[in-house]
Amino acid sequence: MYVAVKGGEAAIANAHRLLASRRRGDASVPALTLEQIAGQLALGVDRVMGEGSLYDPELAALAIKQSRGDLIEAVFLLRAYRTTLPRFGYSEPVDTGAMVIERRVSAVFKDLPGGQLLGPTFDYTHRLLDPELAGDHPVAEPVRGEAPSEKALRVSDILAGDGLIEENLPSEEDSDVADITRTALEFPLGRDARLQALARGDEGFLLALGYSTQRGYARSHPFAGEIRIGEVAVEMVLPELGFAVCIGRVRLTECQMVNQFKGSAKVPPQFTTGYGLVFGQAERKAMAMALCDRALRAAELGEDITAPAQDEEFVISHSDNVQATGFVEHLKLPHYVDFQAELDLVRRMRAEHAAAQATGRQDIATDASREAAE
Amino acid sequence: MSAQIATDAAPAIASYNFAYLDEQTKRMIRRAILKAIAIPGYQVPFASREMPMPYGWGTGGVQVTAAIIGPEDVLKVIDQGADDTTNAVSIRAFFAKVANVATTTRTMEATIIQTRHRIPETKLSAGQVLVYQVPIPEPLRFLEPRETETRKMHALEEYGLMHVKLYEDIARHGEISTTYAYPVMVEGRYVMDPSPTPKFDNPKMHRSEALQLFGAGREKRIYAVPPFTEVVSLDFEDHPFEIQTFDRPCALCAAENVYLDEVVLDDSGGRMFVCSDTDHCEDRRAQGHRGEMAGHPLETAK
Repeated sequence: MYVAVKGGEAAIANAHRLLASRRRGDASVPALTLEQIAGQLALGVDRVMGEGSLYDPELAALAIKQSRGDLIEAVFLLRAYRTTLPRFGYSEPVDTGAMVIERRVSAVFKDLPGGQLLGPTFDYTHRLLDPELAGDHPVAEPVRGEAPSEKALRVSDILAGDGLIEENLPSEEDSDVADITRTALEFPLGRDARLQALARGDEGFLLALGYSTQRGYARSHPFAGEIRIGEVAVEMVLPELGFAVCIGRVRLTECQMVNQFKGSAKVPPQFTTGYGLVFGQAERKAMAMALCDRALRAAELGEDITAPAQDEEFVISHSDNVQATGFVEHLKLPHYVDFQAELDLVRRMRAEHAAAQATGRQDIATDASREAAE
Repeated sequence: MSAQIATDAAPAIASYNFAYLDEQTKRMIRRAILKAIAIPGYQVPFASREMPMPYGWGTGGVQVTAAIIGPEDVLKVIDQGADDTTNAVSIRAFFAKVANVATTTRTMEATIIQTRHRIPETKLSAGQVLVYQVPIPEPLRFLEPRETETRKMHALEEYGLMHVKLYEDIARHGEISTTYAYPVMVEGRYVMDPSPTPKFDNPKMHRSEALQLFGAGREKRIYAVPPFTEVVSLDFEDHPFEIQTFDRPCALCAAENVYLDEVVLDDSGGRMFVCSDTDHCEDRRAQGHRGEMAGHPLETAK
């Protein structure tokens, strides 16, 4: 007779068993290997590494496989693993100026030291579905050029010589860098904490906010000063040695947006920058991040805060897709105890309303609204 | 829940510490808990970790439990008052797996009870810890969305906005129309969100013998109500705080003055009302109490 919604361990186990079967799909088709995912779905792997804040293509590929291609779920898997890893210390700041560049474009100069280098880009491809890719046709070897003889200066370094652009002053020697995974966020944030949050922020969310700044909600006249993609060395000071040694290389995408700034009482007119730095090849994310970073500098630069993209608490509190998806999806959990309380209230208020109607009183509102279920 | 607990998996994937969290993290959380106990009702920021279950599904409560649980503990997990709701099953299985602790559904036997949305009907006793899962720890959040502002309001004990809200409820509806997550004043100092428990449960918090800990993972806050602490639901002299009442007893165990769930029986308006606290209901039935739909003659003596 009475059967409450018995979740039951058996039901959960069976659901997960079905999930495993659906994940595998048709058993007559070979299973995906992690090499295939990391090698052929590399941009998905990069996104998972970036928003998962863990540089490990193999684990990211595993997460994508496990999540059936649901990238936010994959990010979540990687984060939940990352958080259990011991923290040995912090690397030295990476030198993106010394990046081994695979792609480097600047929209603000026709040519510049180090040259424009298109690299592996979708830009200028015609988005026509390619039936050949349905099969496994051989692919031509890429063309290899000479290694550039001159150093590819970052655009901010080129402009800095003329004083046209704000200086990127190094932080004070002994100031510790923020770590948003080890301390609770406290608003207003320092720019270091803000950039960390943006770097792991959801690509779609930042894309939409960055887009909103271009459409006039906190417009800041951006130019893509430079986008570069390539590998940089990661160096760490080992206490036993007392100096920095290279412990590996990571592929990064860096974007410097150059924005107009009218100047203030203290500072003459000059260009300012928004900054984006993301693991892997993630150009859209890096550009969106740079737009958001610049918009969020409004307070620092004495600009009016009028748009959502300039509102630090709003942007940073909602940019993390692992948090967002968890809280949105928790609405699936049972809420019947609270709903019961609301049912009771609404019934009572409806009865009172009906009684009032009957006696000719029309002034009782039936607004029983309450915040979204918690 | 498909927790990534892979103690027996390939060596490439690490195994996990007792109760999942590493000891450094536990120490950080314990410090936050101690601070929370020292300042009843105050929300202590802590460096909440990503857990292997989603934010919003009890990560705060799970972290608090993971930080305080020991091998000798006996754990009970409830959601909506029931031990067998899916998320309660999942969290209980998680701790059974990563901490290898004994679990129970019996309120009396548990040393730690993790809960979502209810406080057990059975009176808790000294030595027990009740761990609440909290979605939005800030009682002022829906009145003022900014953390920078609400922290100031707490610091200055500036709770006028909350009283105005409750007053407007009365002006508009003739009563305070908050039915769950009903704000309380803790030890005469901090206004606190009791988590989305129905206001029916608020009086149970007052001067409880048990330690009450609240964990909000996504919002990165821990707060506490130490044993024997004053917890007073906000109200007005002419509109005193009232809890929900039900006009019938539990259909299974005939309990009165407990919180009931409404269960839809058919599509023609058939309903039954049963205890939300499943352990309490089972306990009463084991003692021979019978409600009108328990399949036995109606109990006569109450």
